[in-house]
Amino acid sequence: MTRTLSAPVTVAFDYTRSTGPVIGRFLTGLRDGQIVGGRTSEGKVVVPPPEFDPVTHEAITDFVDVAPVGTVTSWTWVPEPVKDQPFDRPFAFALIQLDGADVPMLHALDVASPDEVSTGMRVQVRWRAERVGAITDIEAFEPATDAGPTGVEALGTNPVTGVVVPVSLDYLYAASPEESAFYRGLNEGRILGQRCPTCQKVYVPPRSACPADGTPTAEEVEVSQTGTITTFCVVNVPFLGQKITPPYVSAYVLLDGADIAVLHLILGVPAAEVRMGMRVKAVWKPREEWTYSLENIDHFEPTGDPDAEYDTYKQHL
Amino acid sequence: MSKQPAAVVGVGQTHHRAKREDVSMAGLCREAMDRALADANMSLDDIDAIVVGKAPDLFEGVMMPELFLAEALGAAGKPLLRVHTAGSVGGSTAIVASSLVQAGVHKRVLTVAFEKQSESNAMWALSVPLPFNMPVHAGAGGYFAPHVRSYIRRSEAPTHVGAIVAAKDRQNALKNPYAHLKNPDTTVESVLASQMLWDPIRYDETCPSSDGACALVIVDEDTAAASPNPAWIHGTVMRSEATTAAERDQVNPQASRDAAAALWKQAGITSPIDEIDAAEIYVPFSWFEPMWLESLGFAEENGGGWRLSESGATAMDGRMPVNCSGGVLSSNPIGASGMLRFGEAALQVRGAAGEHQVDGARKALGHAYGGGSQFFAMWVVGSEKPTN
Repeated sequence: MTRTLSAPVTVAFDYTRSTGPVIGRFLTGLRDGQIVGGRTSEGKVVVPPPEFDPVTHEAITDFVDVAPVGTVTSWTWVPEPVKDQPFDRPFAFALIQLDGADVPMLHALDVASPDEVSTGMRVQVRWRAERVGAITDIEAFEPATDAGPTGVEALGTNPVTGVVVPVSLDYLYAASPEESAFYRGLNEGRILGQRCPTCQKVYVPPRSACPADGTPTAEEVEVSQTGTITTFCVVNVPFLGQKITPPYVSAYVLLDGADIAVLHLILGVPAAEVRMGMRVKAVWKPREEWTYSLENIDHFEPTGDPDAEYDTYKQHL
Repeated sequence: MSKQPAAVVGVGQTHHRAKREDVSMAGLCREAMDRALADANMSLDDIDAIVVGKAPDLFEGVMMPELFLAEALGAAGKPLLRVHTAGSVGGSTAIVASSLVQAGVHKRVLTVAFEKQSESNAMWALSVPLPFNMPVHAGAGGYFAPHVRSYIRRSEAPTHVGAIVAAKDRQNALKNPYAHLKNPDTTVESVLASQMLWDPIRYDETCPSSDGACALVIVDEDTAAASPNPAWIHGTVMRSEATTAAERDQVNPQASRDAAAALWKQAGITSPIDEIDAAEIYVPFSWFEPMWLESLGFAEENGGGWRLSESGATAMDGRMPVNCSGGVLSSNPIGASGMLRFGEAALQVRGAAGEHQVDGARKALGHAYGGGSQFFAMWVVGSEKPTN
């Protein structure tokens, strides 16, 4: 077995979050240089405020300003920070009980070595100059000074109601051994499938096992580069991340010799003239552009032959 | 040991909107939950377990709702489960919750499903290009449109039937105070005149993108005795199948047909069209009404469905009212849409559907599907305790 193919893929999106009135109140406070807690039905002040009371389950509506100074109740040292952590140098994550609060909150503590941290030590807020209504408006906590933290001015008038949460995940997309053989075939200008030994169906691309009966598929079959459009749609709608400019025809093409259709692009004919049953052939990109991808086939276009009879493909709908 | 009787005694939902920027996800869920609990005359303290469902993770970038929502959902100190079956999740979540009662594990289970589509982009999430592959995917509409075309060809349907369904559901939505779309001017003609998005699916034949949640309180027989109008669960079924397989029927999937057959058998129903008084069927694109009517056995295959829809039989005053709430075509918080179908079915047999109530409804269907028409969840609820 030759090596399987793999390629990087990044899935990234800037999700938005509506904060609701409680988290919104907390973030508004941070923007304006004030730390806001919520008082629960049992009289405890919790920072950040929980949206709903843990006992009565009612929405939290009693907000309390707490001090920007507090006590470390526990901590851990981060010797090798990773991307997007508060600092790119070693620091501590600490649970800090602010004066006026009854439970600690988690934040970064900016000290140079673990020798400078201890449970029970007094710390104070260091505000970021540019504050937007996010937990990072507190740049970090630092050891308390006699002068106390530097106060800051409010930076807005409207309450914070939303935040943006960018998410970016880097994956290594690995093709299966069977798919890898398929993509290697495309790199040689061939379309390869595999036949299920139980039901005799030819799968393109091949699978590790037949989805109908679970049998491992092994027998390699080269299928035709000509086939029949079983069904299709005309995509007229633009959307984020789209790679092909609409309108375009996205069609299921049942290649001669295959028992399952592949989804591909139809060109060389006005969209309005594409039909179920239309006979089409693969149009390859110039050879020097080939990679290990179904995109080596630029599109399918009509062969000009008469349409296939409905009865010949109706079981593939 | 046979199943214990179980009933829905509380139904709650949010006012579904394109953007609910006034609430967090937790707040959205609680809005539905608090309404369901008030309907059931209960508080969270009365609840034994909580079952939560939501749309696929990429849709809103939340991977573990059970983790960050536990306290807000009142689940601290109680079992909390999360269910995950793509677009059918709302239905599956309700079924898991009902199973906990039917199995005798818990007496009072609260279930909630939600989605805030405004915080993300489902079209993007469904079309992320993968290495080596052809980037022709175009969201849910792009996925389902070819299969709609196949149905139209197979059943020789006139092409205006999709518009009839869309206009009907949008008119029904005007009677539902919670519905997202309120377009009194929608007619068959206006639907036909709307833009072709994924030919053969037009803009007005597609569901909106909504923020919303739905919650149900499902209880055992003893607890249900205190309710003036419990919706008794007569049958629940879930089925799955592969997304793609050689000669897989993508118009009328085997899993759907099998699920329907099992459901009617469980519920003791021999002729669905005669015995079901109202159906809430998952119809995100209008053509799925006739498609599912056939698959579910309300009409003959290959044409019975569109003839029923075209005849007006699926209107509120028709022989087989479908989606009196306005359905998915009028409100689509994807993660909650299945549970809304299940909840609306319960409202019908409880006589609590308000302006969109079908007079005297005694048995109703709630239905959901998801993925590439590969996950199915459905239940039958009735005003009477089941005899089987």
